[in-house]
Amino acid sequence: MSDARLTLAALRDRIAHLEGAEGHARKTLAFGVPALDRRLPQGGLALGCLHEVSGGPAGAADGAVAACFAAGIAARLPGPVLWCVTQGDLFAPGLEQAGLPPDRVIYVEAGDDISLLACMEEGLRHGGLGAVVAEVARLSMTASRRLHLAAKTSGTTGLALRRWRDPAQAEDFGQPTAAMTRWRISALPSVPLPVPGVGRARWRVELVRARAGETFEMILEGCDDTGHLGLPADVADRPAAAAGRHAFG
Amino acid sequence: MWPIDRLQRRADTPSAEAPLILAGRVGNRRVITAACDAARGLGLHVGMPVAKAQALVPDLRIEPADPCADLDALERLALWLLQRIAPIVAVDPPDGVVIDVTGADHLHGGEAALLEMLLGRLTLTGITARLAIADTWGAAHALARHHHGDAPCIAPPGATAAVLAPLPLAALRLAPATVAGLLDLGFVTIGDLIDTPRGPLTRRFGAELCRRLDQALGDAPEPIAPLRPEGLIEVRRSFAEPIGAAETIARYIARLVTELCAALEARGQGARRLDLLCWRVDNRVQTVRVGLATAQRDPARLTRLLTDKIPTIDPGFGIEIMTLTATLAEPLVPRQASSLLEQAPPDIAGLVDLLANRVGARAVYRLSPVASDVPERSVTRVAALSPDQGGGWPGHWPRPSRLLPRPEPIETLALLPDHPPKWIAWRGTRHAVARADGPERIFGEWWKRDAEARAVRDYFRIENEAGQRFWIFRAGDGEDRATGSHRWFMHGIFG
Repeated sequence: MSDARLTLAALRDRIAHLEGAEGHARKTLAFGVPALDRRLPQGGLALGCLHEVSGGPAGAADGAVAACFAAGIAARLPGPVLWCVTQGDLFAPGLEQAGLPPDRVIYVEAGDDISLLACMEEGLRHGGLGAVVAEVARLSMTASRRLHLAAKTSGTTGLALRRWRDPAQAEDFGQPTAAMTRWRISALPSVPLPVPGVGRARWRVELVRARAGETFEMILEGCDDTGHLGLPADVADRPAAAAGRHAFG
Repeated sequence: MWPIDRLQRRADTPSAEAPLILAGRVGNRRVITAACDAARGLGLHVGMPVAKAQALVPDLRIEPADPCADLDALERLALWLLQRIAPIVAVDPPDGVVIDVTGADHLHGGEAALLEMLLGRLTLTGITARLAIADTWGAAHALARHHHGDAPCIAPPGATAAVLAPLPLAALRLAPATVAGLLDLGFVTIGDLIDTPRGPLTRRFGAELCRRLDQALGDAPEPIAPLRPEGLIEVRRSFAEPIGAAETIARYIARLVTELCAALEARGQGARRLDLLCWRVDNRVQTVRVGLATAQRDPARLTRLLTDKIPTIDPGFGIEIMTLTATLAEPLVPRQASSLLEQAPPDIAGLVDLLANRVGARAVYRLSPVASDVPERSVTRVAALSPDQGGGWPGHWPRPSRLLPRPEPIETLALLPDHPPKWIAWRGTRHAVARADGPERIFGEWWKRDAEARAVRDYFRIENEAGQRFWIFRAGDGEDRATGSHRWFMHGIFG
């Protein structure tokens, strides 16, 4: 048994070596939600890589939820953030409430997808940024590989926010890319409050594709003003989940 | 109007109430060389004897004409344009400036936007300008001076002949005697000339007439010798054998940049704007302009910016001469590098320059708070390298992550005045409202805009049964029609 485990570990190292994931990819960013971090390959989101985020079926066109998710990740990485867009409909006060203050974000408005990807690659290559977010519709295997390599060489994390003008185009999302992970974030009804009003947003966070990892989906609370996700109370208090949380014994 | 504008802009001139004319000498006579609008309204015109004008208008202001000063001022204006608009700018005396905007218009958002911006800035500085863009210098010259109306005029590419046809002969930059002779023969417009056989015209009026016509139509070349004021840092390299390969161009760009940086260093300056001019063997010029957000003289960085633009250079049959100019240079003092103890913040000026030269300087920006309750006015764009603002927006109320470019009307069913809707229909989809929060009342900025003296918006945050959250508002307070139309609008989507 231990022989098999050793062989497996050696093989993993070898694969990681072949993929050139020696330096930066070892660093990860934990979400701060143990239930989520536990299920990610290295206990968090691999830094210095390309990741994909898209909205759920209803949010594929506006990508509002996905933008908050990406902003939450970018907010918890040190350094300025480059946000590449083709249409300028982001509302900065909203992003600030997801943890990303205006002083940290530089926006680039590119005319088309090609120059958008070029800008993203430029940002990833630079190395001085904390994260690069790009709202891109079409992302081919070649383009994503370039971005992933650029991210790897500099150690900057790239987030491709997949956003389609027309939900029918979202079929493209099934195509493989070189991204490390692929997330789909969709809105869920929030927990009813005892008084009239709207509670904290709840998202269905799906890891649709992960290199060297397993896919899963879970229900989480949306970003707070520091960019952290939360575990909903009813999920956290379930016996199975509570068993895994040592803090609560 | 240039000499008049120049005088009016001078601070020491008295107020522009009285009609103003400029007097110059033609032979023995003192005649009017320029007259302001007010003077022309009183019947004075250029060429009229000054004595007659004085007899017609008693309280006339007369200033001596000074063509040399006019030309100097025109050159200063051209230099200002050179630094801001395009790499090739030349003075077109007595009252014009010609700009080659090829390859420079996209930096300003297209030709129409460029003209609008230019007209606005010139008008603000007190210059009456008439602008035109055309395929050739001659055509632009003619259109700017003779097209109807004051609006800027853009001739569509390839339609030069059609645009020029209705213009008078004087638009062709001909000697007055030639124009008079042509008028005697019954030619009135340029269109009349275009269709006439050239032989007899040349025999009668000389080669100048057909040369000007060909230049206006683009059949004969008319290179623009760019203005190079004294003190401009320029490096230049001529090639014995014309070059054309991208690698060769890149190599020589690197050498030129090194020379330029040495020259800049000698003066303690850094470049804010660089112009690379490639003179081709067929006497055409290919230009590349790069702008920098801060003054720089790092050869590697400047070379990178210029070599990024090589695909836009069309070498044709080869490039003979390359010149590199620091059109706009600013003092650059060496700064102390950060200490070893604290980590230096990442330098993103280079990245901003790269991106700005790729997508245009206006498309790289940061957002900064404005003290306004109206959501669409609470955000403004500032330069990407502007200093940190320190603060953000007040966070009492949740704000959406996407704001629609303009509020979109929706259909709703709602109780007035304070209740959120039961359902909304937006873009053809009906959403039942499961939960709602509000109203958040926002008043119009009555201290800025009269139209908003009583305007009110009531914002609601609503969530549909699937969990999607929208930001909607009702124009008006729900009771008083004067505060708004009581129609509902979708304004944003929450994440």
